[in-house]
Amino acid sequence: MVFFNLPYVAVVVLTLIGLATIVLKRNLIKIFLGITILESAVNLFLVSLGYREGGIAPIYTNAPEGLMVLPTPQALTLTSIVIGVATTALLLSFAIIIWKKYGSIEIGFLRRLKE
Amino acid sequence: MDLLLTLDTGAGFWNPVFWVLGAAVAGVIALLLYSLGEKGYKKGTAQEAPFLSGNPEPEKGLVHVRSGNLYWGFLDAMEGYYRRLVPLHTGDLHDYVLWYMGMTALFLVVVVVFR
Amino acid sequence: MIPPFVVDNSPALMVIVPFVAAFIAPFAGRAAPAVRALVVGGAMAITSAITLILASDVYAHGTRLYVFGAQAATLAVPPDSGGIPVRIMFTVDPMSALMLVITAISAFAVVLYSLTSERHHSGLGSYYTLFLLMVTGILGMVSTGDIFNFFVFLEILSIASAGLIAFRIDGGVAVEAAIKYFVLSTIGALAILFAIGIYYGEYNALNMALIAQRIQFTLLDQLALVLIIAALAMKCGAVPMHFWTPDAYSMAPSSITALLVVASQASLYGLFRTVFSLYNITLNAACVGWLIIILGVLSMVVGVTMAIPQKNVKRLMAYHAISQTGYMLLGVGVGLAVLGNQPLLDAFGYMAMEGGIFHIINHAMYKGLLFLTAGAIFFRIGTYDLNRMGGLGHSMKWTMVFFIIGALAIAGIPPFNGFASKLMIYESVFAFNPVLSVIAMVVSILTLASFVKVFHSIFMGPVLPEYRDVREVPGPMLAGMGILALVVIVFGLFPSVVVETLVAPAAHALADQGMYIAAVIGGGA
Repeated sequence: MVFFNLPYVAVVVLTLIGLATIVLKRNLIKIFLGITILESAVNLFLVSLGYREGGIAPIYTNAPEGLMVLPTPQALTLTSIVIGVATTALLLSFAIIIWKKYGSIEIGFLRRLKE
Repeated sequence: MDLLLTLDTGAGFWNPVFWVLGAAVAGVIALLLYSLGEKGYKKGTAQEAPFLSGNPEPEKGLVHVRSGNLYWGFLDAMEGYYRRLVPLHTGDLHDYVLWYMGMTALFLVVVVVFR
Repeated sequence: MIPPFVVDNSPALMVIVPFVAAFIAPFAGRAAPAVRALVVGGAMAITSAITLILASDVYAHGTRLYVFGAQAATLAVPPDSGGIPVRIMFTVDPMSALMLVITAISAFAVVLYSLTSERHHSGLGSYYTLFLLMVTGILGMVSTGDIFNFFVFLEILSIASAGLIAFRIDGGVAVEAAIKYFVLSTIGALAILFAIGIYYGEYNALNMALIAQRIQFTLLDQLALVLIIAALAMKCGAVPMHFWTPDAYSMAPSSITALLVVASQASLYGLFRTVFSLYNITLNAACVGWLIIILGVLSMVVGVTMAIPQKNVKRLMAYHAISQTGYMLLGVGVGLAVLGNQPLLDAFGYMAMEGGIFHIINHAMYKGLLFLTAGAIFFRIGTYDLNRMGGLGHSMKWTMVFFIIGALAIAGIPPFNGFASKLMIYESVFAFNPVLSVIAMVVSILTLASFVKVFHSIFMGPVLPEYRDVREVPGPMLAGMGILALVVIVFGLFPSVVVETLVAPAAHALADQGMYIAAVIGGGA
């Protein structure tokens, strides 16, 4: 039972690590790393939802007998990973500009807009 | 829909067409009163200048009341409220994220307790 | 007149046209800027036309389905699937159609405006790419019937918006605003994705109608509900998760800010769709309703009071946008709070929802208009600082007229459209809880006060020496503002027509979960 739930335990642990990184680190790159970890947690969650014991991959060519797994969660995860790449790329390019213009990527310096 | 285009608002009603007609009548009356005004002043004399107790008229840029000076009284009277509210808008990314996470947690408690 | 092919495939076309045009625009710009303007303007005009065709079709014939990859576009449940809709589909019901109308009008006005206002800036190829992707995202978000697809369009919208907020780097400050927006929006989107995973794990479904049919309101469903509500409330700028809003709205180019308002409304739509169509009466309507009402009241009060001391005109307007979002949350929240209690719903619940939904469309129009006038002023004098403005009414008469229209509409002064929707909210909310109604009225008065100040400091007073040579903005920009101003006036003069044809069907479609499910899965109707 515990073994079966291990992926979900990992999801919770990764989520907590991701959130903690986002709210505790003051360096933009580390915050973005936290977001990436959070993203991985959600991806792991999605992909472990699709696991069926004894199921076979839904590839029809030379498929053995048995129940095929619905590939929807894998498709969701792939989509989510692609979106995650775009997100990370955009965030990092923001960090580059902030580094050039503000001279620092500590979020304490990102306070020109307030009140 | 009826011809009079009256919006029924439950307890009352609202008909902008009649309102506009009423406003037009009021405007005509206002124009009539305006046309009764004094026309016999001499152009290009001191009769056209603003009355400033005999002081010389200041520069145009100095006459304009800038926005920072408007509603000073309101802001001063509400100072206790603004002193608490404005500093919450710190401009710090961590605070933004923490508020969001805190509200999520609060919603969760409320929804689970009162389901 | 309209080819049947267009009508039949309008849900797909309205997303494909801007999406394809987005990636043609940079290449067209290589030929000549005029070609790009033609491509972008033409694509947006076609998109708006298709969107309006679809919306009118939905209002005439009821909910439209568009199933991607099926033999027939309306074949939601394939015969061999065992009664489960397996494909991605668009479910365009009257509520979606209302959002489509808003997007079509606003986006067209904005594109007309920005073709002129951005003419002298560099990097326009990517500007229009991102702009059209934003339009794609909004249109997809409000019409999809598949919850994962909703997430995808939400992310397209956030990424494009973040890129555009940072577009005028502005010494890095615009990028700072974009980071704040994008970090929050990514975390929010991941929360939504987590909730989608929960739905999939529990009900083996991604189709919203199927989830709605099977939903049990278990502990996991409650978690999913909270994750989605909190994320979308944050994305529409509800207090106290509004901090990103003034930053992002003030630093984005003005034409983009007008579209960001619509983007926020799309998040609001997602919030209402989740609460009403997914959960409906399975959740404790009074509890979640009050949650949304309290968010609404907080947004109204904090938004308007924070707006009063602002010095930057766009920051000020952004705080007003928060405050106006509060009205929508209040109106629809009251409708939610009495959901399941048919006598109360008939007495004032539907009216409150209609008021809130009517306010969505009104707000998108007049707030878009106000942001465009702020952009027009910036176009001529190069500052957003209210303390440095004055006397512009002498030279920018049309902009002043449009500003007056927008300002009176947002303050709820008759006969403009803001008054009609606010009146509906006041009266129906008064029947629910008088205190809330009084708060709403006080907020409206403060809004008026704040806009009197803005009007005075921008347009009134003598011609300032530094602005002696200021001229009116070019025609296309005025035309963009004119479209929105015209809508504001027409909606203000004929609110009964708008409410009966556009808003009331939307409110009833939102409240009636059975109709939404039946439209997709069949069964009941």
